[in-house]
Amino acid sequence: MKHCARRLKVQDNVNTDYVISGRYKFKIQDPKELAKHIFEDIDPEFAARVTKGDVLVAGENFGCGSSREQAPQALKSAGFYAVAAKSFARIFYRNAFNLGLVLVECDTDFIDDGDELDLDIDGGKLKDRAKGLVFDIKPIPSVMKRLLRDGGVVEHFKKYGGFNFE
Amino acid sequence: MGKTIAEKILSNHAGRELKAGDIAICGVDFCFGQDGTSSIIIDSFRKLGVNRVFDKSRFCMVIDHSAPSPNIGVSEIHKKMRAFAGAFDLGLYDIGCGVCHQLIPQKGHVTCGDLVLGADSHTCTYGAINVFSTGVGSTDLAITLASGKNWFKVPETIKIIVKGKLPKGVYSKDVILHIIKDISANGATYKAVEFCGETISAMSVDERLTISNMAVEMGAKAGLMEADEKVLKWVKERSFKTPHPTAADPAAKYAAVKTYDVSKLAPQVAKPHAVDNVSDVTALSGTRIDQAYVGTCTNGRLEDLEAAARIMKGKSVHPDVRFVIAPASKEIYLDAVRKGFIEIFIKSGCIVVAPGCGPCVGTHNGVLADGESAISTANRNFKGRMGNPNSFIYLASPATVASSAITGRITDPREHKNRL
Repeated sequence: MKHCARRLKVQDNVNTDYVISGRYKFKIQDPKELAKHIFEDIDPEFAARVTKGDVLVAGENFGCGSSREQAPQALKSAGFYAVAAKSFARIFYRNAFNLGLVLVECDTDFIDDGDELDLDIDGGKLKDRAKGLVFDIKPIPSVMKRLLRDGGVVEHFKKYGGFNFE
Repeated sequence: MGKTIAEKILSNHAGRELKAGDIAICGVDFCFGQDGTSSIIIDSFRKLGVNRVFDKSRFCMVIDHSAPSPNIGVSEIHKKMRAFAGAFDLGLYDIGCGVCHQLIPQKGHVTCGDLVLGADSHTCTYGAINVFSTGVGSTDLAITLASGKNWFKVPETIKIIVKGKLPKGVYSKDVILHIIKDISANGATYKAVEFCGETISAMSVDERLTISNMAVEMGAKAGLMEADEKVLKWVKERSFKTPHPTAADPAAKYAAVKTYDVSKLAPQVAKPHAVDNVSDVTALSGTRIDQAYVGTCTNGRLEDLEAAARIMKGKSVHPDVRFVIAPASKEIYLDAVRKGFIEIFIKSGCIVVAPGCGPCVGTHNGVLADGESAISTANRNFKGRMGNPNSFIYLASPATVASSAITGRITDPREHKNRL
């Protein structure tokens, strides 16, 4: 599947306040409205450039800070298919897979904004077509793969009446 | 093989022996949400299609992040929370009760050895009273509300030993800022931290809560401490639940062991816009500030208000500074009234606002203007955190914040040595 890379100006330690500011998340409940304000405090023009199916590209410790689920929710509503980062903070990591937003951990240094990407989750590869580079993705834990396959944790829970990771 | 506190508490709640790296489904003793996260908890709970909560005595909601409501959007969320609490007969701490991370332990909802989930990242606070507590998102919380359970990956643990007697004017806030500077904002990601050592043992429970509160600022899942006599006395005075003090085995296996000697530590300040961007206060003295804030789940407790009141007594807030104070709970507010701290604050020119998160999350009660700087006792100084991306936030202890409010510049509290 082809995706367009959207690289953030700030790469490391992008916290969930930066994904969606408390100015909005405390008063706006509609994810589509929230999506208009993503990354406003660090890159005000960013939200307008996102199109459906894009892959967000970041550095270390993406999604640190607040537990706000509005962060992955707003990224998904904005149209992002996945986030590729060198590493993720743990609450954001759970929240994203719970909502069915794909997270891949890999080297992101060489991916530029606008590069065309191929993402092969089962094969564990992220390919940058523009550069002709292929990056290995850190294996996604089986629990997370299961949640993705079931369409998020709510659907998983409904399907099995609880957790089923067997 | 020896076990860490995290391995033991999670094993006890999974009904089988676990070690770091294992994934298990565990029963949860208590869970909660606040007004920034409960709206999605309610939506997700409804989507699960269940018509009952697993145990209404093991859940509550707290309206603290924007309390009282500053706008219509927030008012609608508060209304939704009250209606949900009414429909399922659930506990709700409404506006003015205080900050969730003060109320949950203070009201006796949690005790030593418990496993707790909160839809708030600073849920790690109760590690100080030997609770494995961690923050999750709203949908995870909704699943626990429906089933009483969730899945956990057992974390590895970093052991942090703190030794040395703290100098005058140096507090637990300075200790944790110093540790975060060293470990960095992601140095403990996916891991638990155990804090121990003579400095921790000498601290009150209030002081320890400040340290565990900030464990998440280095990425940690939990910031655990063992339960000593002080902790057991503290929880027994507040909770009817039977404590299960849980200590690490001497042969427990750690991902790393770090030792800090704080006997010569100076007051610490985190600079904009990262919590691990920390300096000695002396390196920043003279930096102009427009607002000072004492409060939050990090430093809004009685001892924090006392430290600020001792410095403010008979002094005046600098004419160019707004000094906002938010007690962490109604009970702390009342104690502070009885002890005369509130009178000291008001007479010196401070503004005391309702118990709650106050201006920390930038929704109300002191949003900064463009180019302004604040010094705050909170736990985060991210760009825009206090409501304006064009402002600057410094984090420090209550004594450093109060000292700075008097001069209008970042000031070393040791200048008031007879007031510390």
